[in-house]
Amino acid sequence: MVRWLTVLAWALVWAEAPAQAQDRFITLASTTSTDNSGLFADILPRFQAQSGIAVRVVAVGTGQAIRLAERGDADVLLVHHKPSEEKFVAGGFGLERFDVMYNDFVVAGPAGDPAGIKGMVRATDAFAGIARGRHLFVSRGDNSGTHKAEQSIWRASGADPAAGRGKWFREVGAGMGAALNTASGMNAYILTDRGTWTGFSNKGSLAVLVEGDPALFNQYGVIVVNPARHPHVKADEANLFVAWLTGAAGQAAIAAFRKRGRQLFTPNANPSTGN
Amino acid sequence: MSILPLSLDKVSFRAGDRALLDGISLTIESGPKTVILGANGAGKSLLLRICHGLLGPSGGKVRWAEGTTRQYERQAMVFQKPVMLRRSVAANVAYGLKLRKVEAGERARRVADALRRTGLTDFADQPARLLSGGEQQRLALARTWALEPEILFLDEPTANLDPGATRAVEEIVSGIHDSGAKIVMTTHDIGQARRLADEVIFLHRGRVAERAGADKFFSQPSTEEAAAYLRGDLLW
Amino acid sequence: MSDMGQAFVLALQLIAALDAELLEIIARSFAVSLAAVAIAAAIGLPAGAALAVYRFPGRRAVIVLVNALMGLPPVFVGLLIYLFLSRAGPLGFLGLLFTPTAMIIAQAVLVTPIIVAICHRLTRDLYEEYRDQLCSFGARPHQAVRTILWDARVSLVTAVMAGFGRATAEVGAVLIVGGNIAGLTRVMTTTIALETSKGNLALALALGLILVLTAIGVNAVAMSLGGVSAYRRG
Repeated sequence: MVRWLTVLAWALVWAEAPAQAQDRFITLASTTSTDNSGLFADILPRFQAQSGIAVRVVAVGTGQAIRLAERGDADVLLVHHKPSEEKFVAGGFGLERFDVMYNDFVVAGPAGDPAGIKGMVRATDAFAGIARGRHLFVSRGDNSGTHKAEQSIWRASGADPAAGRGKWFREVGAGMGAALNTASGMNAYILTDRGTWTGFSNKGSLAVLVEGDPALFNQYGVIVVNPARHPHVKADEANLFVAWLTGAAGQAAIAAFRKRGRQLFTPNANPSTGN
Repeated sequence: MSILPLSLDKVSFRAGDRALLDGISLTIESGPKTVILGANGAGKSLLLRICHGLLGPSGGKVRWAEGTTRQYERQAMVFQKPVMLRRSVAANVAYGLKLRKVEAGERARRVADALRRTGLTDFADQPARLLSGGEQQRLALARTWALEPEILFLDEPTANLDPGATRAVEEIVSGIHDSGAKIVMTTHDIGQARRLADEVIFLHRGRVAERAGADKFFSQPSTEEAAAYLRGDLLW
Repeated sequence: MSDMGQAFVLALQLIAALDAELLEIIARSFAVSLAAVAIAAAIGLPAGAALAVYRFPGRRAVIVLVNALMGLPPVFVGLLIYLFLSRAGPLGFLGLLFTPTAMIIAQAVLVTPIIVAICHRLTRDLYEEYRDQLCSFGARPHQAVRTILWDARVSLVTAVMAGFGRATAEVGAVLIVGGNIAGLTRVMTTTIALETSKGNLALALALGLILVLTAIGVNAVAMSLGGVSAYRRG
């Protein structure tokens, strides 16, 4: 018994050591697309060096990230679905919402392009073409920001993917990377954010077929969780982080981030917000 | 103050509608070595377990002279097939003493004595389960001896042993008796009963058919069943 | 398959390079799982032996339940612990969510039924054998529990190792309650999941191989300790 307790104490102390060492930290609920791209690993150390505040990133889908923040399990939210973000603020869960940066979605698919959508200008036309030919399409199906963007394109396209559910329309209910692995495995079409796409190594025969449509614009916003709702929220540290991210230093760091030689995110915080 | 005599009052034990023990009334006094004799299935083992308290009777009462609590601490039992704890020989002897909270110095002394008296001193640090059958039964006796019980029950302790080991066990049993313990032992080996018994309780079909001093029982059994058993007739 | 070959080479390179981040992740996996298994064993071994010794109404139902709980889906456990530890949950004030402690709790919950069930099976037969003798010695049930635990200790290593295997292998629960935060709650399995989602299949596979190798190492050490003990104690 004594031996077990010794082992327990030792393991606990070791495992918890980094948690205790970071006495100033905030928890950031964000999306897999931003975390998987390597953006946070690149820019957060700069913020920590300047402020002494460590940022712990929990990367999940936008829907789950918002849910985490609503329950008070994060101090800051950084996601990419403006309507949901505004609803979050309106519901009293968060303070003000700020634009941070954008990138874009692309429609990827088999390089052979059986649906013949390559080079189309409008994403809705591409989706309609995929549906018409009943070509395999992998949907995130996880209530994430990308999934919501995908759904709004489907609605605008006039096609009804629900009719093809289980046949050509494959909802995987997984993160961007897992969905890309699935699409790559079965040579399917897929809507993906450019950040994850660029960093993704298992593309197989997939290629970008449609890009540049304004409908594929992907805006990221940041919100501090409302301390009036969750008193334990570290609002001061969180506000410092948001000010840095939307200020000159943070915006420059985002612009400077490169993956495989490409810039993945374009900073677009509004200087008039006072940050 | 002794826990003896032990008295059984109309003790019975049933399995379904069969009475395996049927209205046994007995008083077991301190002193002589009592051997319970009888054919297989006569109920010897069952009677011993009920006396020791491992089983409760279906009917009747088992009474000790002094109270009913902590009886186990003053009695001990040796089984036909000894159960060896997965520990060293010495630890097997020490186990029961630890349960009785015998302090360490006294415990070490009693363990050493018990091992010496049973000829197991050289095996003290060996795993008990690697001993031979005879050595294991000697260890079982050493364990009970160390407990210094007022009464020791033995259930066919030599049934699985060769003659040499049987002889060693019988000598140890006599030694334990000489050190002051009451001996109550079952056997179906008439020769062993002749060698060891001071008195005999003869069980037949769950009843006490006869109880007598050993000399009288073996020379002039008063019941036909006992006489037939001693002649080697098959009883049913 | 080229991925396979690449993974083996990569695994060897990673081990040879003693990459600091990788070592830290491996060490964290061990620390978290060791702590979880220590807690689970401290609860599960006495509980399993007690199930073998004590007779009480509903005992069979408890045994059935414990055996069923061995198959608890990690994601379900993760969600349950998450709801407890979430700021909006009953234990939210502790601030344990997204910490190694939360992962330890989740793994302990997963592993305890396994240790209870295996320990019960292993000690049940031993107690059958010991019961009359222990009763004759006058051992009370709680003393019998201690005795059979001690005497079955060599085989109980199996129960603890099974628990340790389950703890180190699971990903669903620790992902939810730990959050896979780099440098804090990132362990082997969550790293594998992460690298897979990045499409770095060879790296993910290499990490998996390292996990398997460490598991083999731990089991070998445990078995040899058990073997030495078995030889000495019989």
